[in-house]
Amino acid sequence: MNEPEAHLLPSAASRTPSAPCVNFRWLDTLWVQIAGTLCNIACRHCFITCGPKAFEIPMMTVGQVESALEQGRALGVRQIYYTGGEPFLHPQIRQLTEAAIAVAALTIVTNALLLDEETVHWLAGVFETSRYSLDLRVSLDGMTPEQNDPVRGRETFEKIVAAIGRLARAGISPVVTVVEHEEGLAGSEARSRFLDFIRSLGVPRPRLKFLPLLRIGREERRTHGYETANALVGERLSSDVESTLLCANGRAVTARGVFTCPILVKHPTARMGKELADGRRPIRLDWSACQTCVLEGLRCNT
Amino acid sequence: MRAAFFGGIYSNYLGLAAALVDARRRGAEAIFCLGDIGGFGPHPDRSIELLRAHGIPTVQGNYDDAVGNAKADCGCGYTDPVDNHFARISYAYTLEHTSAIHRPWLANLPSRILFDAEGTRCLLVHGSPRQVNEFLWDSTSPDDFLEHLVSSADVDVLLCTHTGIHWQRALPSGRRVVNVGALGRPANDGRTNVWYALMDTDRSEPFEFVPLRYDHQRLAHEMRQEALPEQFVETVLTGWWTTCLEILPAKERSRGKF
Repeated sequence: MNEPEAHLLPSAASRTPSAPCVNFRWLDTLWVQIAGTLCNIACRHCFITCGPKAFEIPMMTVGQVESALEQGRALGVRQIYYTGGEPFLHPQIRQLTEAAIAVAALTIVTNALLLDEETVHWLAGVFETSRYSLDLRVSLDGMTPEQNDPVRGRETFEKIVAAIGRLARAGISPVVTVVEHEEGLAGSEARSRFLDFIRSLGVPRPRLKFLPLLRIGREERRTHGYETANALVGERLSSDVESTLLCANGRAVTARGVFTCPILVKHPTARMGKELADGRRPIRLDWSACQTCVLEGLRCNT
Repeated sequence: MRAAFFGGIYSNYLGLAAALVDARRRGAEAIFCLGDIGGFGPHPDRSIELLRAHGIPTVQGNYDDAVGNAKADCGCGYTDPVDNHFARISYAYTLEHTSAIHRPWLANLPSRILFDAEGTRCLLVHGSPRQVNEFLWDSTSPDDFLEHLVSSADVDVLLCTHTGIHWQRALPSGRRVVNVGALGRPANDGRTNVWYALMDTDRSEPFEFVPLRYDHQRLAHEMRQEALPEQFVETVLTGWWTTCLEILPAKERSRGKF
């Protein structure tokens, strides 16, 4: 095992001393940023500023991913998430999917723009035959082009909706994730209308996950950043909240190493080391985005 | 030796009464309950009284802990607002209709029971050995994860419930995990019967799941009389889950109607 890079972590002495700590309980969820920050679109609210020219975090090699999966297996991981950027940009996505699904349940977080008929057919085959659950998380930020395209890009609405229809016809019901980027997407009424909309695309068992905005990355320029750098200073976490935070039960692996969670993969201070075992220690919630998880209840996993 | 294991009762006292008769008819010398006695169905006291009258060793579920200690919510572990909406209705009804004399009993139930079945060490928990409301689904519980759980607990067989859908697996080590399912509501398979697990240590495959018919029409009628949500009643009458769907992994969800 490599030495954890503890000196890079915020500490009580050097930074905000009273942000609450989160103990690491176990590795329930392993996030693997297989595509790095490379994406085929550049969403205006992307919290890690991914895009077609975003090479800041490189794509992971097959060897790096397999190593992360093996380390996860040794730690008793329950579920794996493939993310990016856009995971389907990875040239070995099929090989990597087979590798992950042999270890644990797999969710691929995707914008669905590359899910053509042939890819969907292949995914349906994996879904049918895999021992553990394969899930797709498809991002769609509106029920109309006018609601979605200003944040996800021109003509993305039609393409995403078409891909959801293809998945439904193949028997796959994706989890559609919606970022609450405007008022019309907040509240139970919007949720109910969105469910009806997904049903109208031919999805008999629609699944939705609404996500609050993370005011970092490109979103900081679209609207604004957090009003308070760290609203958690002086806060005490109840055990119920602490135990359900992603950073209490999961870690993210990228080509750059192991990080506290998938939201903070671009923050050098959130890097915990090279190996997954380096991540088995408490962290302090010193980052501005942590307030979204604690105060708004964001949980990245499905 | 034969033993029966009942999961999530969810106030289905009619199913529980039928299961007690059925398990004894099948030769069960010991009967255990893995918790979550209340919730979903009507008249929560009736299930508690049956378990207490028959002296059934019972593990504390998250619902039992919540009701016994008058907590703010059921602690089921849902993350979806619709699931939580129905969970709140169910919990408020159960809390209101569980009499004070039973609450200390619920509050003091053990979080686990170790049971030696002729040399086979069995651990009975509600969710998982590490968390009362952890969902152990078949499709999201990899072998290595389960090996981790059973070896940490140092047992041969881990028995759990909490998900409402039964399954079992023999692990590469030879240890075994059995999710005993639930007596409280059908298994989202379009059938109105409920399920429990029966162990026979003389058999090479010691665990079998027993489908149990009970008077589900009467249960539905009583649920309506108590003004419980029609969505709950529909599940009892059709065998398809209509609520708590967001917790289902993709594979299990694809087998249901909704």
